[in-house]
Amino acid sequence: MMSVRYLPLWITAALLCLLFGIGGWQFDGFASLAVVSNLFSDNAFLLIVALGMTLVIISGGIDLSVGAVIALSGVAVSLLISQYQWHPLLAFALILPVAALFGALMGVLIHVYKLQPFIVTLAGMFLARGLATTLSEESVAIDHSFYDAIAEFGFVLPGGGWVGASTMIFIVLLLLVIVLMHYSRFGTYVYALGGNSQSAELMGVPVARTTIAIYVLSSVLAALAGIVFTFYTFSGYALAGVGMELDAIAAVVIGGTLLTGGSGFVIGTVLGVLLMGVIQTYIIFDGSLSSWWTKIVIGLLLFGFIVLQKVLSRRTALTTAAGGTAHG
Amino acid sequence: MTTPSLVLELKQVCKHFPGVKALQDVDLRLFAGEVHALLGENGAGKSTLVKVMTGALAKSSGDIYFNGQNCSFASPAAAQQAGISTVYQEVNLLPNLSVAQNLFLGHEPRRFGLIQHQKMQQQAQQLLLRFKLNIDVSAPLAQYSVAVQQLIAIARGVAMSAKVLVLDEPTASLDSSEVQMLFDVMRQLREQGVAIVFITHFLDQVYQISDRITVLRNGSKVGEYLAADLPRARLIEAMLGKELQQLTHQAATTTPAVAEPLLVLNNIAVKGSISGISLTVAQGQAVGLAGLLGSGRTEVCRAVYGVDVLSQGEIQFGGKTLRLQQPADAIKAGIALCPEERKTEGIIGPLSIRENIMLARQARRGWWRYLPVKQQQQLAAFYIDKLHIATPDADKPIEQLSGGNQQKVILARWLAINPQLLILDEPTRGIDIGAHAEILLLIKSLCQQGMSLLVTSSELEELVAFAAKVVVLRDWQKVTELSGDTMTAPHIMQAIAEG
Amino acid sequence: MKQTQSCADSLQQARLARYSPGSIKTSARYLWPLAALMLLLAVNLVLDASFFQLSFQDGRLYGSLIDILNRSAPVALLAIGMSLVIATGGIDLSVGAVMAIAGAVCANLLLQTELPLVLVIAAGLATGIAAGLINGILVSYLKIQPIVATLLLMVAGRGVAQLINQGQIVTFQRPDFAWLGTGSWLGLPLPIWLVIGMFALSQLLLRRTALGLFIEAVGCNATASRYLGINDKAIKLFVYAFAGFCAALAGMISAADIQGSDANNAGLWLELDAILAVVIGGAVLSGGRFSLLLSVIGVLIIQSLSTTIIVSGLPAKFNLLIKALVVLLVLLLQSDKFRRQLSSWLRLRPQGAEL
Repeated sequence: MMSVRYLPLWITAALLCLLFGIGGWQFDGFASLAVVSNLFSDNAFLLIVALGMTLVIISGGIDLSVGAVIALSGVAVSLLISQYQWHPLLAFALILPVAALFGALMGVLIHVYKLQPFIVTLAGMFLARGLATTLSEESVAIDHSFYDAIAEFGFVLPGGGWVGASTMIFIVLLLLVIVLMHYSRFGTYVYALGGNSQSAELMGVPVARTTIAIYVLSSVLAALAGIVFTFYTFSGYALAGVGMELDAIAAVVIGGTLLTGGSGFVIGTVLGVLLMGVIQTYIIFDGSLSSWWTKIVIGLLLFGFIVLQKVLSRRTALTTAAGGTAHG
Repeated sequence: MTTPSLVLELKQVCKHFPGVKALQDVDLRLFAGEVHALLGENGAGKSTLVKVMTGALAKSSGDIYFNGQNCSFASPAAAQQAGISTVYQEVNLLPNLSVAQNLFLGHEPRRFGLIQHQKMQQQAQQLLLRFKLNIDVSAPLAQYSVAVQQLIAIARGVAMSAKVLVLDEPTASLDSSEVQMLFDVMRQLREQGVAIVFITHFLDQVYQISDRITVLRNGSKVGEYLAADLPRARLIEAMLGKELQQLTHQAATTTPAVAEPLLVLNNIAVKGSISGISLTVAQGQAVGLAGLLGSGRTEVCRAVYGVDVLSQGEIQFGGKTLRLQQPADAIKAGIALCPEERKTEGIIGPLSIRENIMLARQARRGWWRYLPVKQQQQLAAFYIDKLHIATPDADKPIEQLSGGNQQKVILARWLAINPQLLILDEPTRGIDIGAHAEILLLIKSLCQQGMSLLVTSSELEELVAFAAKVVVLRDWQKVTELSGDTMTAPHIMQAIAEG
Repeated sequence: MKQTQSCADSLQQARLARYSPGSIKTSARYLWPLAALMLLLAVNLVLDASFFQLSFQDGRLYGSLIDILNRSAPVALLAIGMSLVIATGGIDLSVGAVMAIAGAVCANLLLQTELPLVLVIAAGLATGIAAGLINGILVSYLKIQPIVATLLLMVAGRGVAQLINQGQIVTFQRPDFAWLGTGSWLGLPLPIWLVIGMFALSQLLLRRTALGLFIEAVGCNATASRYLGINDKAIKLFVYAFAGFCAALAGMISAADIQGSDANNAGLWLELDAILAVVIGGAVLSGGRFSLLLSVIGVLIIQSLSTTIIVSGLPAKFNLLIKALVVLLVLLLQSDKFRRQLSSWLRLRPQGAEL
């Protein structure tokens, strides 16, 4: 018997396979390891951001600042490397704690001052974007031997696929987050907060610590995504990642996570990002379809999944009620 | 039999909210290995007492001794740590987590910092077997019936090695076989020396399981009794507040003998709630609905007002059959309701008294024909004056008024549209004594002016004072209907108690 | 005896409550945003003595103040609609995308048909209302959270606008339509007149009828409102349609301004500015009282702030940073806990707090 919980996950996976199958049947070279590995390496930064977003949304919050944090970390890292001649690793070591502090600030505003996550992270978005623009309005190019080494790091898959540093970083992070969410107390607390924060508090969940940690994690992952983005573009730009928070949120929803919190899987989000990527790839391969169809199709997908979630949650409620009366 | 030891003792505990004394010098003694029923009507202070006892609310004054030591818990978590676990009426677990996760949240078995799911599930399985529950503990809690969830909540309390287990209305949503299952577990725990506080409004259950009873009324302790020594009638007296002998038979307000029926409920039912209720309210008649908390009083009011849609039966009003889908339909027909939950369903807190008074009339006029501000002011001034609403001006947010004055504003709201039938659900609940008397007088005068009323109240002598007849409800069903000479508080109490 | 005692108590209570801070709130609501706006303008005056100077050329006023007003116009229109949505406890993320759709519809009609101006405008507005109705149905009848419901149109709407424009920037040569964005009347640029007109009309519609009160009632307590006979679902539907209408008008102004429709950039991120303006105007995101005037003042504060930064000689790149800091401050001031901390730090306990 398949649990209702996994149904959105299965639907996303099925859609992904279906679209991939159609693409492979229609176009030569679509169903190849090269396309698959490109899906990962082109979307590595989005995948990393979406991991953090999944955590935040499962806990019942939202983080609109991640796109701006990507830009901020990209610009800061590029400046440190190009202008101040820091070693990239040293620059990373500085920017990640700064991002953690940034996330902690938002978490404190949300938990201690009882402000809505939506508006707090919106202000955070302006702050990060503002800091990035203040640092540099122009795109800052990176020219460092470390980056050349990163670009060449990786191995070839049969059939022309390439697993690069970005993909590997993502896979390591994915495994870490899965372990965190399903094998640590913290992960259970995240689900608990999203289920019902009052009950969670009554059951002894450390709400303050958990809330702050969630936003710290999201910001740190966004900063990491910003670093990975510089691997991809060899530059940092204050207007990078505009609107990426929306892509991340869309991927989380398509991946079957409830926007009201409490239920969802990290792996679903990965499928969501991949599905959005396959749609894009399909449209590129087709050539006659215009790029705006991506947005429209993603919008329709979102609608479909939200309605599906409504129906599912109503059905669960009904079966519970029926179970309550039918019992004995 | 050895004398049981005192586990938890509350002395002279008070809890004040702004403007309300929720608890006044309450004492409570809890011994190891007993089931102690905590009884009282709605608003008597039971849940406040539980919250103070378990650290969810801070006491205003008084002392709490736990195992002989004076202590006060800063949070429910702290109380739980010490060994006091609470299971609330609405299951306070996390429906999205698995049964095992719920049982062990924050105490999961770990190795190298990682949760051992397998071990946790085995332990959960074993724990639940003690409660004769053999279920899949890896499934989400939401999949199980409320009864099972309730048992799981209790199991969690026990797993936290509770010395005191507080069960706040655990049986409200259980059927009889489930209740027996719960009682078996409670007896088993009692054997093990756990002290259980049992809150319920089902008196049968009190006598089945409890050893000792403490009754609260209006925030004060009425008394502590041994269950075996306390006859049911005396218990109801203690809860409802008047000695039977003292209650004199008051004649009901005489109503015209040949009044047309205005409201006729014909065998109505609501899914998952009341069933088979029939009653009539005549033109200009006041009908009382009596019954303990949870008997279906509020549910009948909601059905007549169109909040809950009927699954069966019909409502006739003024000779016509009403098909109510929403309160607006009922209002259009001439029915109004003062809800029991004043704060969440009655007042619109941040809006002014004036706006709260005029809104119902405005809603009936529609949005386009705005009542001129001057008329609004006159309307508000008229009712502030007439109902003695204590306020310096009409533009104050209603949330700043006391409960009694808020209730008067809601009454004024309905008087302003002059409904044919006014439903009053616990109109005097949580209201200070002064306003209490005024509201009663007002209800009487409305009745004399020919408005039909349907009133629920747990104050029986109030009902007897102005109702032409009283319909007694128990367990979501109508038990009997009393009028004329038989309509006395003792008779009603008897009906409530025995059916 | 006991009764008279408690009667006296409740009177006493009422008398005390009269002097509690709550009763002065209404006028204080206007005080802070207005003071902030005045302060900003004063700073501008100090920085640039000619700040308040107006000149009259070719039948139109020019000057920094007029500039601020003119540039605020699209966001001000959005903020008027957003105020109502937020008053019901909702939020509308899609207004920026709706601006783009309305602009695209008008631009294509102007380019491809010979329709009279009135019909083009009507078509643009109808588009906005239709978009708003979609949001409203999702929120009130399908009971989807407002953030999620309007996120759909925010994502898909821009795609729809690009679809209408076939991915091009559609430009048109129609002086009569362009007049909406660049023309002037009685010395003031037309966008300012449109905001004034929309503001006055909305004010009439909301405050001369019971609509405004119903919206506030639903925002404060939807259950109680339904219990006293207000159709809360219809009210919610209306506010989203109204926000869509305002967004369409704003979209047409920006299209007229550049004489073309750019589906990618028209109205981009303006929904966030509009939400901020409403919040700076003192509205609570969980719903309740609204004031269109305060929201418009909020817009003017945001716009004056950017002007101040330019006038002060600071590079424009500080714009966002300063905006973010101002927003954070405003948010903190809205938090009860922060205000309590602040007053205990300043040891300035409001009088009567001990009562």
